[in-house]
Amino acid sequence: MIWLDTLVQGILLGGLYALFAAGLSLVFGIMRLVNLAHGDLIVFAAFLILVTVNLLGLNPFLSALLAAPLMFATGWALQRLVLNRVLGKDILPPLLITFGLSVALQNGMLEVFSADSQRIRAGALESASVDLGPVTVGTLPLLTFGSAVLAIFLLNRLFYSTALGRAFRATSDDPVTASLMGINPRGVFAIATGLAMVIVTLAALYLGMRANFDPSIGPARLIYAFEAVIIGGLGSLWGTLAGGAIIGIAQTVGAQINPEWQILAGHIAFLVVLLIRPRGLFPRAVD
Amino acid sequence: MTYRVTTRTRASTLAGLAALALVGIGLILPAFASRSLIQDLFFILTMLTLAQLWNLIAGYGGMVSVGQQAFVGIGAYAMFAGVILWGWDPVPAILLGGVAAVLLAIPMAFFAFRLQGAYFAIGTWVIAEVTRLLVAQWKTLGGGTGTSLPREATADIIGVATIAETFGLRDAAARDVLAYWLALALAVGTMGAIYALLRSRTGLALAAVRDNDNAARSVGVDARRVKWVVFLAAAGMTGLVGALIYMQTARISPDAAFSVTNWTAYVIFIAVIGGIGRLEGPILGVLVFWGLQTAFADYGSWYLLALGLLAIVTMLFAPRGLWGLLADRWNLQLFPIQRRLTFEGAKDG
Repeated sequence: MIWLDTLVQGILLGGLYALFAAGLSLVFGIMRLVNLAHGDLIVFAAFLILVTVNLLGLNPFLSALLAAPLMFATGWALQRLVLNRVLGKDILPPLLITFGLSVALQNGMLEVFSADSQRIRAGALESASVDLGPVTVGTLPLLTFGSAVLAIFLLNRLFYSTALGRAFRATSDDPVTASLMGINPRGVFAIATGLAMVIVTLAALYLGMRANFDPSIGPARLIYAFEAVIIGGLGSLWGTLAGGAIIGIAQTVGAQINPEWQILAGHIAFLVVLLIRPRGLFPRAVD
Repeated sequence: MTYRVTTRTRASTLAGLAALALVGIGLILPAFASRSLIQDLFFILTMLTLAQLWNLIAGYGGMVSVGQQAFVGIGAYAMFAGVILWGWDPVPAILLGGVAAVLLAIPMAFFAFRLQGAYFAIGTWVIAEVTRLLVAQWKTLGGGTGTSLPREATADIIGVATIAETFGLRDAAARDVLAYWLALALAVGTMGAIYALLRSRTGLALAAVRDNDNAARSVGVDARRVKWVVFLAAAGMTGLVGALIYMQTARISPDAAFSVTNWTAYVIFIAVIGGIGRLEGPILGVLVFWGLQTAFADYGSWYLLALGLLAIVTMLFAPRGLWGLLADRWNLQLFPIQRRLTFEGAKDG
């Protein structure tokens, strides 16, 4: 029974990792850019929600609703003012810029919010649970997983049945030809990064309510997100959800055997998948 | 008409002579320099070597690794293992660090070379994290909290007694001098080896693979082999530097030895600010970095924030770094690797 419980907890944890990863996957799919500051932006969004909760005394979910447009603007401006200038065949400049941003953000947050662990208080929700027959699961992890499924479903809808999604796909396939059809690739990139930051806000909400966070934890979230994307296969959002679940299960199983092995087990699961299926489980995009 | 292919310029001849003179001065410096200057130079030389090695694989080889801390850490831990578990003298044990780093680089390259471009970067980072977590399980070397070199081992390192006698120093200061000389040797050796490599056939092949993998293959360059050779060589040297750094500090912990900030972020900033893909870049970069650190280290995280922003601004407005700006302004190349055709004699001859 304990193993079934571990498995379910792992899958639910995977929902959180899929939320970390969905924004990364979206941006990579459209502009082949890996944002090394992704994890730090999640932590930044978590602080933004925390500040709104503390200052305005709002419910965390409402605070996230307020933070989302701010994060969209941040992502849009980051892409428009900085990253668009260096996108090109050479992957070095965008990579190094986002790496610089990661270090700058971490230390900026350290100065403003200190190194203390913080948590977004969610009241009764923190300890609520649902009885599902053989296992009992926390309401919050269940809500996280549900949100991940919903977010990925909506992103897929956006991608495959809206005009914006068509622009995303066209730009992803060939920005030059897309611009001949009246699409402005730079504008599309900016919207995509903005959208990724909205998902980052959602991820930050659940990260902050689920566990303590501090300015230094960003890089580790980036790594989990990255692992989920690679396991799932590039360009497949449902694959990213599966990848998140695999990391989550590996971590909870590892922790069950020895608490010190939790993180290590997740990384090893990733390396094993990379060894067997270098292009991930459900690859879609080429490259 | 006769012509020949050369890489030499007048500036490069002068630079070569100046470099020789600098190394000479560097060698005899401990005779009159203060201990704090020696320690500063040790820091500069080790960071310079790490930056040159990262520059080699990323700037010349196009392999942007964010996992160099794995080699620093494993090198340092192998040295500690040699000293603590097998009773080696710390100086020869540094070689163990190089061997361990190459041994780690083989599986790392095997995994990471399956990933392209940006994903290569995070892939190397993941493997560095795995190594850190595994080393933290090594209880005989202190597990997660780390350990120190035993006093008996640091007390009689080869050569320290002689240095102490010659310069009239106390043992601790003499250890710093020894570490400084080794750092100088590593820095000069690394830069000499990189320069020789870049001027060789392999160096040309490396640049070709970076610029266009497929085109390089089509003219018969074995891209995989070139990448493997360069990655392993850089890893081994990085391991030696890591072992040397921790011989000097004599205290190790997994979080410090595998720190992505100290051994990769700083190193990347040095190369970026100075100029990627040039031997001169990291030299200028490390001086800027050291100057900033000396001036602003008291400001703690504000300083790191500024360093990150400086790297962003450099990438945006001077993607080839400060050295790139200088080189364009005065057409200066101190360590040229471009092959140029020079003509001798009359044009109609």
